[in-house]
Amino acid sequence: MNSAAPALLTLVGVSKRYGAVQANNAIDLVVRPGSIHAVLGENGAGKSTLMKMIYGVERPDIGKILWNGAPVQMARPSDAQALGIGMVFQHFSLFETLSVVQNVSLMVPGKQVELAKQIKELGDRFGLTVDPDAMVHRLSVGERQRVEIIRCLLLDPKLLILDEPTSVLPPQSVRLLFETLRNLQAKGMAILFISHKLEEIRELCDEATVLRGGEVTGRVDPRTHSASDLATLMIGREMPKLAATKAVAPGEIRLALNGLDHPTKTRFGTPLKSINMELRSGQIVGIAGISGNGQQELAAVISGEIPSVQADMVKIMGKPVGKSGPAARRELGFSFVPEERLGRGAVPEMSLADNSLLTAHRQGMLRSGFISRNKERQFTQTCITDFDVRTPGPDAEAGAMSGGNLQKFIIGREIMLNPQVMLVSQPTWGVDIGAATAIRRRLLDMRDAGTAILVISEELEELFEICDVLHVLHEGKLSAPLDSATTTAQDIGALMMGATS
Amino acid sequence: MKVQLVRRDTASRAAMIGAPILALAMACFASLILFSLLGKPAGTSLYALLLKPFLSWYSFSEVLLKMAPLLLIAQGLAIGFRANVFNIGAEGQFIVGAVCASALPVYYPDGAFPLMLPAMIVAGAVGGMVYAMIAAGLRTRFGASEILVTLMLSLIAVQILNYLLLGPWKDPRGFNFPQSVMFPDNALLPLLFEGTRTNISLLFALGASVLAHFLMQNHFRGYQLRTAGLAPRAALYAGFSAPRMIWLSLALGGLAAGIAGASEVAGPLGQLQRSVPSGYGYAAIIVAYMGGLRPLGIVASSFLVSVVYIGGDSATVTAGLPVAAVEVFQGFLLVFYLLTFTLIRHRVTFVRKTIA
Repeated sequence: MNSAAPALLTLVGVSKRYGAVQANNAIDLVVRPGSIHAVLGENGAGKSTLMKMIYGVERPDIGKILWNGAPVQMARPSDAQALGIGMVFQHFSLFETLSVVQNVSLMVPGKQVELAKQIKELGDRFGLTVDPDAMVHRLSVGERQRVEIIRCLLLDPKLLILDEPTSVLPPQSVRLLFETLRNLQAKGMAILFISHKLEEIRELCDEATVLRGGEVTGRVDPRTHSASDLATLMIGREMPKLAATKAVAPGEIRLALNGLDHPTKTRFGTPLKSINMELRSGQIVGIAGISGNGQQELAAVISGEIPSVQADMVKIMGKPVGKSGPAARRELGFSFVPEERLGRGAVPEMSLADNSLLTAHRQGMLRSGFISRNKERQFTQTCITDFDVRTPGPDAEAGAMSGGNLQKFIIGREIMLNPQVMLVSQPTWGVDIGAATAIRRRLLDMRDAGTAILVISEELEELFEICDVLHVLHEGKLSAPLDSATTTAQDIGALMMGATS
Repeated sequence: MKVQLVRRDTASRAAMIGAPILALAMACFASLILFSLLGKPAGTSLYALLLKPFLSWYSFSEVLLKMAPLLLIAQGLAIGFRANVFNIGAEGQFIVGAVCASALPVYYPDGAFPLMLPAMIVAGAVGGMVYAMIAAGLRTRFGASEILVTLMLSLIAVQILNYLLLGPWKDPRGFNFPQSVMFPDNALLPLLFEGTRTNISLLFALGASVLAHFLMQNHFRGYQLRTAGLAPRAALYAGFSAPRMIWLSLALGGLAAGIAGASEVAGPLGQLQRSVPSGYGYAAIIVAYMGGLRPLGIVASSFLVSVVYIGGDSATVTAGLPVAAVEVFQGFLLVFYLLTFTLIRHRVTFVRKTIA
C-alpha cells in the first residue's frame, strides 16, 4: 500500500540454473508489509523456482535475499518458517486419512484441543470456516485450501505465499478467498500471489512483478494497467484473439453415453454414476469441473482404456463399444488426447517419429507389418511444422521436450488422424498463451469441418470460449447439458460445488 | 546428504560401446587382485581365462559350440524382457525342447522316420513354446507372475527328464545308466567344421539374431513390445493388447529355448542325458542383459561369455583355479557391466536433504 514502507523481503540479482535451463536470471523483487504482490508469468517463466528460493526449498546460485533489510541464508523450508514465511502450494500437502486438526498439528506445535480452538477462531476472523474434526478426504477442494492457509496462519507469518491458489477453485470460492486475503492484508500481512490470470491480479493486487523467460520484464501497479498491457509484458506481444466463428447446425450423434455407471476399484477413485450425454458432429461439448470429480475415469471409459460394464453404455458412431478396447474405438474414427503426456500420450524414451507411430500407424505407416520410416518421418515433420512444435527434429526424444511442446505434438498427432470423434483432456495445460490460442483455433476449425469434439477442462474461460454445450462433472455425476451462450460462470460454479440443476 | 541417480537426457554412442570394454578391464583388474590373494598365479589364470580360447582352433570351436545355445536362448528372452515379460525359466523350456526332440530317435532308434532331423527341431521348438505358454496362460487368466511360474516349471521339467531317463526312455542296453539310446546318424546335426564339435545350430542362432533385429527394429510387433515395456500405459492408450504381448513374448522365448534344447541332444550330446540341464537357460539371462537386450549386442555378449566358459575350464586345469573363482570372474563381469551401464544412462548427484 504505502510504497515508502521499509521492505519486508528484498531479492537482489537472484539467479538459478538447472542444467542448460536458466530458470531465473538476476531477479530483483521488493515486497512490503501490507501489500498483495502479484508474481505474474506464463508456465515456465520461472515463478515456481523463484518461490522455492524464497521458501528455502532451493538456494540461489548467485544473488542475495534480504529479510527486514538483513541478508539471510535459508537451507530448508523450516528456516523460512522461522523467519515468518508461509507457503500454500498449488498441490496440497494434506493427509487424506487424518482430520483437519491432526493435519495441522503435524506442522504446528501445541495440544490438539488448543489447536482446534485456534482453528475455529482464525476461521471466524478471516472467513476461513472449517470444522477442525472433519476428515480431510471428505473436504471439498476449497475447504482443503482453507486448511492449508490456516495451517500457515497458525505459525504467525509476516509473508504468505500462494501458488496459483485460484486454479482449483470455482468462481464463488474465489470471491471468498479474495475477501480473506484482503482481511489479512488489512492486518499488515504481506502476500505474494502467484498467478497467470490477469483479471484476478488487477482486482486483488497492488503491485505486480512480471516474469518472462526467467527475467523480470515489468514492475507495475496492476490497478492502473489494462489486462492487455499486463499480457504484453507477460508474453512479449499482444494477447492473441480468438475470432468467434458462427456455430454450424450440429449433425448426427457420434458419441453417446447411456446410463454409464462405473464403480471404482481403488479407494480414492471416483465412481461414475448414471452418466447420460450425447455429442453430435459439428459440435464441441465441454465438461467442466474440478479435477478429481471423475474426469480421469470418464476419459478412460470413453477411450476404452477401462472397459465399461455394458457394451451399449458407450456408443461411438452409433456402435456399442463399451466392451471394446481402445484400438477398436480408434478404428471407428475416435482419437484422444489424454491429460498425462509422458508415459500415456507419448513414450518418453522414444523419438517423436516413433511416438507418431503410437496412434498414427493406421495412416499407411505399415507395409505388411513393417514400419515405413519414410512415412513415419513425413508425418512427424508435418506435425512439427503445422503445430509449431519447437524441437530439433523427428529424432528428438519425447521425454526431453517441454510439457507444452509435447502437448502440441500430441494434439497435432491426434488431429492429423482426421477423427470423426475426438476427446481432448485438458487441451492447454502448460501451453503458452499463443500456442493455447492456436490449439483452440484448430479445435474450432475441426468442429466447423464436422468433427465431434468433447473437451474436458478445468479452465472455465477456455470452455466458454470454444464450447457449444457445457456439462459439469461433480462427484462422478454429470449435469444436464447447458447452452454455453446463455449460461454464466456463476451457474457453472454453483454446479461445480454440487448444486443440482 | 543423499545420493541420487539422475537420468541423462541422451546416452552417448561411444559410451555405449566403451562400457563393455571398460567392464571387462575392471573385471580383469579385480580378478588379478582376487587370484593373487588366493595365492594362484594371477597372470597365468587370466591368460588361461581370456586368451587360451583363441590360441587353438579346437578351443575356439568349443567357444562357438557353447555360443550357439546361449545366443539362441538369449535372443528369445531379450524380446520378452524388453516388453517387461520376465521369462526366467528358459532352462525348463530348453529341457522340454530336448525331451520332445528326443522322442523321435527314442522311438525310431534305427532312424526309420522321414525327415528325422527337421522333425526333431520342430518338435523341440513346439515343446519349448507350449511349455512357456503355460506361464502366459496363467499370467493372462489369473495374473500369476510369470517369473515364479516359469521358474517352477523349470524344476518340474527336470523331474520329467529324470522320470523318462530312469523309466520308459532308459536305454535297455545302457548298463542301467540314466540315459537314452545313442541317436542314429540321421538324428544328428551336421557339423559346421570337420574335426570339431561345432554344428549348424550356430547358424540357427545367428539367423535368429537377424530375425530378432528386424522384429525389434523394423516390425510393428517389435515396436508394440518395446512400447509395452517402456510405457505400459501408453501401450494401453494406443490399444496394444497387453495379453497378446505376454503370449508373444513367452512363445518366442520358449520357441528359441526349445530349438536350443533340441540342438543340444542332436548335437554334442547325441542322446538324452541327465546333464541336459547345464545352466544355459540361466546364463542366457545374463547374456541378454549384458547385450543390452539389443540383438546385435547379444551376439557380442554371448561370444564373450562363451570365451569365459571355455577359458574357465582351462584355467582350472592349467592354473589350478577353483571353479568358484571362475564363477566369481563371471560375476565381476556382470557387476561391472551393470555399473558402467547405469552410469551411461544416469549421472550421480549429491543433494542436500530438503523437505518440500
